[in-house]
Amino acid sequence: MNTRESRIRVKKLSDITLVEFIDRNILDEAMIQLIGEEIAQLIDAAPSPKMIISFGGVEHLSSAALGTLITLDKRIQRNNGQLRLATIDPQIYEVFVITRLNKLFQIHENVDEAAKSFA
Amino acid sequence: MSEGPAPTPDAARVDIPNDPASIERAQQAVMAALERHAYPKASVFALRLSLHEAITNAFVHGHETLPAATTVALEYDVGPDQVHLVVEDQGPGYRPDAVPDPTLEENLEEPHGRGLALIRAYMTSVMHNERGNRIEMIYKRPAGAAH
Repeated sequence: MNTRESRIRVKKLSDITLVEFIDRNILDEAMIQLIGEEIAQLIDAAPSPKMIISFGGVEHLSSAALGTLITLDKRIQRNNGQLRLATIDPQIYEVFVITRLNKLFQIHENVDEAAKSFA
Repeated sequence: MSEGPAPTPDAARVDIPNDPASIERAQQAVMAALERHAYPKASVFALRLSLHEAITNAFVHGHETLPAATTVALEYDVGPDQVHLVVEDQGPGYRPDAVPDPTLEENLEEPHGRGLALIRAYMTSVMHNERGNRIEMIYKRPAGAAH
């Protein structure tokens, strides 16, 4: 796998940026770093960004990926934006519960619910 | 007669170089053994994540000051009722009890330190050697999960 190729899909839902993952496994450190850099650019591209990161189709997620999500959430907050997570597989949601990150992030059943939640 | 890939054993010791393909291959060998023993999906998820976190910790933290070519050793033994995993790096070791608890309110926004917490949550027992460069993980098949 060439990790320099983009590993995300980006869609615009009106003023909301939706990010989806191409891969089922978000484990490899270099890939996670690349994904983090790409999403950071999207965050910086808009004032007060509204972003949904959807985990549909993702089966495995490492602690490094969780760390990157935390860093991205801080970046969005610095830019007066809002982040929502959506469509998380129950087994991956358990990872959020174990690490208590379900308290830190706003997590929604699906992209529609996440989109409705923006103020 | 065509020959497929050589079957992986249920127990082995492998030296893993620090590249994604080699790490994935080692993990897949363990996953294949789990599949042969029909471990449930939740067990496979728990073991894959824990093994990945242990190997990543070994390379990222254990080998921080060592040459990139330094390998990490993985020993695995997948039995019908129990899985035994050992990951050993060649670094100076660390004190696992000194890793801050990432689930405490004051640490929730820290981007690092969750790998070991996940391993401890998912494995039946976790042990470290005195030097702190070797982690041993035991996972027992959940009661009621068919063989």
